Amino acid sequence: MSRRPPAAVLVFAGVALLFLVLPVIGLLERAPWSGLAHQLTAHDVRTAVGLSLLTSACAAALALLLGAPLAWVLARVEFPGKAAVRAIALLPLVLPPVVGGVALLLALGRNGFVGSWLAHLGIALPFTTAGAVVAELFVALPFAVITVEAGVRALDERLEEAAATLGAGPYLTLRRVVLPALAPSLGAAAALCWARALGEFGATITFAGNLPGRTQTLPLAVYLELQSRPGVAVLLSLILLALSIAVLFLMRGRWLAPRR
Amino acid sequence: MKRFGVVVFAVGALTSACSGGSSGPRHPVTVFAAASLNNVFAAMKQPFESAHRTYSLTFSFAGSQQLVSQLEQGAKADAIATADRATMDRVPKRGPHPPPRVFAENRLVIAVRPSNPEGIRGLADLGRPGLRVVLAAPAVPAGRYARDALGRARVTVSPVSLEDNVEGVVTKVALGEADAGVVYATDTTGGRGVYSVAIPDDENVRAEYLADPLPFGSERDGGQAFVDFLVSARGQQVLHRFGFLPAPTS
Repeated sequence: MSRRPPAAVLVFAGVALLFLVLPVIGLLERAPWSGLAHQLTAHDVRTAVGLSLLTSACAAALALLLGAPLAWVLARVEFPGKAAVRAIALLPLVLPPVVGGVALLLALGRNGFVGSWLAHLGIALPFTTAGAVVAELFVALPFAVITVEAGVRALDERLEEAAATLGAGPYLTLRRVVLPALAPSLGAAAALCWARALGEFGATITFAGNLPGRTQTLPLAVYLELQSRPGVAVLLSLILLALSIAVLFLMRGRWLAPRR
Repeated sequence: MKRFGVVVFAVGALTSACSGGSSGPRHPVTVFAAASLNNVFAAMKQPFESAHRTYSLTFSFAGSQQLVSQLEQGAKADAIATADRATMDRVPKRGPHPPPRVFAENRLVIAVRPSNPEGIRGLADLGRPGLRVVLAAPAVPAGRYARDALGRARVTVSPVSLEDNVEGVVTKVALGEADAGVVYATDTTGGRGVYSVAIPDDENVRAEYLADPLPFGSERDGGQAFVDFLVSARGQQVLHRFGFLPAPTS
């Protein structure tokens, strides 16, 4: 049964919805629909799209690889200082990304305390595609940790105990029991990390710089093209919008289903 | 209905609080200025305001091309100072008015890390493989000038990053992440943490700074007063102190 909400609530709810939808309409209204197919295949547009897909996929994969074990530890292991570890893991969620970029530069840059050591090994991250992946990983990792941690907490621990009593070792249990049961969480974490990595701007431009084909991902291209070729900026924004809607569509069961 | 009015009032009060409101009897004059003018314009604020007691100056610094695109999107400013003429020509149409004034010039130098560990002596060295060179993006005046200079020196450079304003180039070199960058001579002075390597006249270019009052803000007269101040003896003195070259007398 549904009650009629107070008028003021409806007014504010409507303003909130308008506020969210107007920018999208603005984008669609200015979109260069006529030459769209032609512009989509332009070399520089393809370069930025390709680079963004590559770096965000790498960042999402690394975020799962590193974030899921950390999530498991946070959910299942008791140790002193756990609250601090969780706070550190979630810090990039609240840290302005550009600060993350500065911090990465000071740690992993050529003169940074880790970066100078990496430089001896011949590894340079700033101004490289790998650097763009590192910047995206930094901001995406917390999403993997919180999503998977919630998944692990929801698992029935007795399943693992049962597997153990039946003689399965920890790795067999992980592979045959835990991971399959965690699949939905891992999928959600992958989508979230990927979307966050795809949209990453501040840390990337600060840490990895801006060079078409190497570190100029879609958001950087949007920002810079707006200063010289606004039409291209709108087109690139449309691509990002389409990809974001695709993520929402994939996650519709998890995020858009009615809550009780 | 009465409650609704209170809510509207509260929202109005909030938005006006967010946008700053008025401050004292002085009229705020907003000047959009090229990133390379950051230090020198900051030093102009005090002498300008003591000469014009009715105005208070606020600056917004960014790459010239970025300031123009902000104006195209409806940003409000009373004057603009760009680092080249091509960008000034892109300022949105604003009716008949006298041409923008050239108020200073600048030269390019190569910014290198302190003590010049790579031993860079001229533009030709920037083509060295493995050297990490950072330039301003082609849409930025400093980037366009740098390309002109490299073209004159017949050097092909593969930059590792294209920054969206010249300050970004200086910073990347100062942090030691880049080995060299092409910047304005005035960017390397005043404790920026970089050394400069001169570029000879036959390879160098003349960067011109232009200023123009704008009708988009609320204080067009204030914008005009600031532009007049730039070309006045006082303004030129400050520009000279920061290493800018005087505008050629036409």
